[in-house]
Amino acid sequence: MIQTIRGQNLLSLDNVSREAIVEVLDTAESFVEVNRRSIKKVPALKGRVVASLFFEESTRTRLSFETAAKRLSADVLSLAVASSSVKKGESLRDTIATIDALGIDAVVMRHQSSGAALQVSRYVPHVHVINAGDGLHQHPTQGLLDAFTIRQVLAERMGASGVESGSELFHGLRILIVGDIRHSRVARSDIAAYVTLGAQVRVAAPGTLLPADIENWPVTVVDSFDEALEWADVVGLLRLQRERGSGSFVPSLGEFTQTFGLTVERAKKLRPSAIIMHPGPMNRGVEIDSRVADLPEAVIERQVANGVPIRMAVLYLTVAGSKEEVVS
Amino acid sequence: MSSIILRGGLVVGELSAEVGDVLIVDGRIAAVGVVADVPVKSVEVDASGCWVGPGFVDLHTHLREPGREEAETIESGAAAGALGGFTALVAMPNTEPALDSVALVSYVLDRGARTPLDIAVAGAITRGRRGEMLAPLAEMAELGVRLFTDDGMGVQDPSLMRRALTYAKPLGVRLAQHCEDELLAGGGSMNEGAVSSRLGLVGRPALAEELMVLRDIELVRLTGGAVHFLHLSTKRSLEMVVSARNEGLPVTFEVAPHHFTLDETACGQFDPLFKVHPPLRPRRDVNALREAMRSGQVDAVATDHAPHAPELKDLPFDEAPAGMLGLEHAASLTFEALGSEDASPLRFFALLSRGPARIAQLRNSDLRIRHSGHGGALAAGEDANLVVFDTETRWTARSGELHSRATNSPYDGRELVGKVRATIAKGRLVVNEGVLV
Repeated sequence: MIQTIRGQNLLSLDNVSREAIVEVLDTAESFVEVNRRSIKKVPALKGRVVASLFFEESTRTRLSFETAAKRLSADVLSLAVASSSVKKGESLRDTIATIDALGIDAVVMRHQSSGAALQVSRYVPHVHVINAGDGLHQHPTQGLLDAFTIRQVLAERMGASGVESGSELFHGLRILIVGDIRHSRVARSDIAAYVTLGAQVRVAAPGTLLPADIENWPVTVVDSFDEALEWADVVGLLRLQRERGSGSFVPSLGEFTQTFGLTVERAKKLRPSAIIMHPGPMNRGVEIDSRVADLPEAVIERQVANGVPIRMAVLYLTVAGSKEEVVS
Repeated sequence: MSSIILRGGLVVGELSAEVGDVLIVDGRIAAVGVVADVPVKSVEVDASGCWVGPGFVDLHTHLREPGREEAETIESGAAAGALGGFTALVAMPNTEPALDSVALVSYVLDRGARTPLDIAVAGAITRGRRGEMLAPLAEMAELGVRLFTDDGMGVQDPSLMRRALTYAKPLGVRLAQHCEDELLAGGGSMNEGAVSSRLGLVGRPALAEELMVLRDIELVRLTGGAVHFLHLSTKRSLEMVVSARNEGLPVTFEVAPHHFTLDETACGQFDPLFKVHPPLRPRRDVNALREAMRSGQVDAVATDHAPHAPELKDLPFDEAPAGMLGLEHAASLTFEALGSEDASPLRFFALLSRGPARIAQLRNSDLRIRHSGHGGALAAGEDANLVVFDTETRWTARSGELHSRATNSPYDGRELVGKVRATIAKGRLVVNEGVLV
């Protein structure tokens, strides 16, 4: 169990303690303020080099990480490798050795293969490796920013401070996750974060989109999606991963929408206070109706915005690793 | 005249074991028991504290030649085999090109004849191992091929497998099947279960293996052709084949060291060294395999020795090739699985030598072409293919000390008990004091 990510890698939320997660959320809170300034930059990582290595297409995660690194005054080496290492004829080990030879402190990495970030961390033990999504495995900064967003919204409603609340707002919080859990790295990271913070998590999906051993997961599978909607404080929707072949796991997108899409009708069953989340990019009209996505209860853009302070916090804690004042 | 005397070991026959000497003269066993009359200039091997038995026979070795000589050659594989106590290896046909013709089989047999061991060949069942058309089984059988397999992949099409069995039956050969239904297992890179689900790796379910085992048992019943089941990895697979064998069907099976020593949790750090097909299974299957070995239900231990160049094992887990080295640690791991100091020497040699020699038709009593006799009773007159296995030495496996060209062993750092002290193959002392002569 990782007690703090200071000076560490961030590869998964599977083995990260509640204290370590809260530390990231609290650190991110201080960076929110930086992002509101007219000069959105602190010298925390001045002179440090962060490599951004994306083997798989990404817009928001990559922009978000690179923005975060720049706001911490780090230099960013950006390498887009949209093709697989096999097709390129270069092994993962050689690619990372090449980047490492340029002199880097951290690598932010996305890869289509589960475990790729962990493998890279073995090749370059002196570099901090931050997993920006690996195959179907984990997307830890997404899990952290989702938890951060929930805490932020709930704290605001109570007129309280997120930092002072710690993980208290999660105790007993009822979170429903809907959709393609089987193929979702976001679901694996979200569930790890929510359960660690003390929330109750239920999942709703067609049987084919649940992992084969869902009974071993710390979640409950709901019998009725509609009843679960009435139960939930938070509804987290997942992208139907058509690019991972999950199309053949449901008869049609239309049938999926009919049975597990958050339609306007279904959204009416939600409690008025329920928070609607989606990690993006959305398939509007598939897992979420366009009109629902634009409701005030939907915090989808806020999730995107929070990506920057969370990734600033993660970069800062892993790379700088010390306990001195974050924002001078 | 050359002679070797093995002094004071536990000589393990088929039915009993007794302390004694074994004298080898001109490539054959000349005397067993208390041997007083030893020719001058005999090479003496101290076998005290050791088991002396028939040399090991591996039914399942990937020698990679032709096509992947950077990972292994027939020569380097034979050296690794000799150090592991093997006197005969069956070379698997998934080379590049596949061993599916007289010319290719002859090439491997010729290269093999230059090594210290007997190198037999398993031919491909289908042309190019593509699973579409039968390979020339009868022509290859004429060269002495007794096992055929598309290993790496099972024959997926049931009607083709039925035809292959019907065709093979009168040839007196056996079809060896890699049981995994690719429609169920395809795209998967480890066992389907709690670990794969946590790691986000697509799984290869036990069902993919078991369904093909079930199918092939029924095809054997229908056709009367003989099937050898390669590297069975689940409790259910074993139960089905044991039950079919008890009915009298011509079926045999092997288990591989990695399946009876490692479980699926070994994949937890995404290290491709632990990727293999069929995959490492849950602990309950590992225990079932060990139990079956101890109770005498297993026909053979076979290594599935699968060398891969290091750069391929540096790929991400789902892209890396499946397979791991086996020849140099198989005997120690079998000894461990049988209970180390409690291990039965008869079972040990049944699993590593006599069982596989019978399946490969390499015994003294079999009609053999080019190869000497293996898996013998240790009686005077037999071809001298012998191993001296020291049951007391404790050692640590080191990937850097292997004799294979590749280094993809999953056992680096593992503490082992029991080690091959000497190997006598084709009548010659090829390993002595644990090193190549």
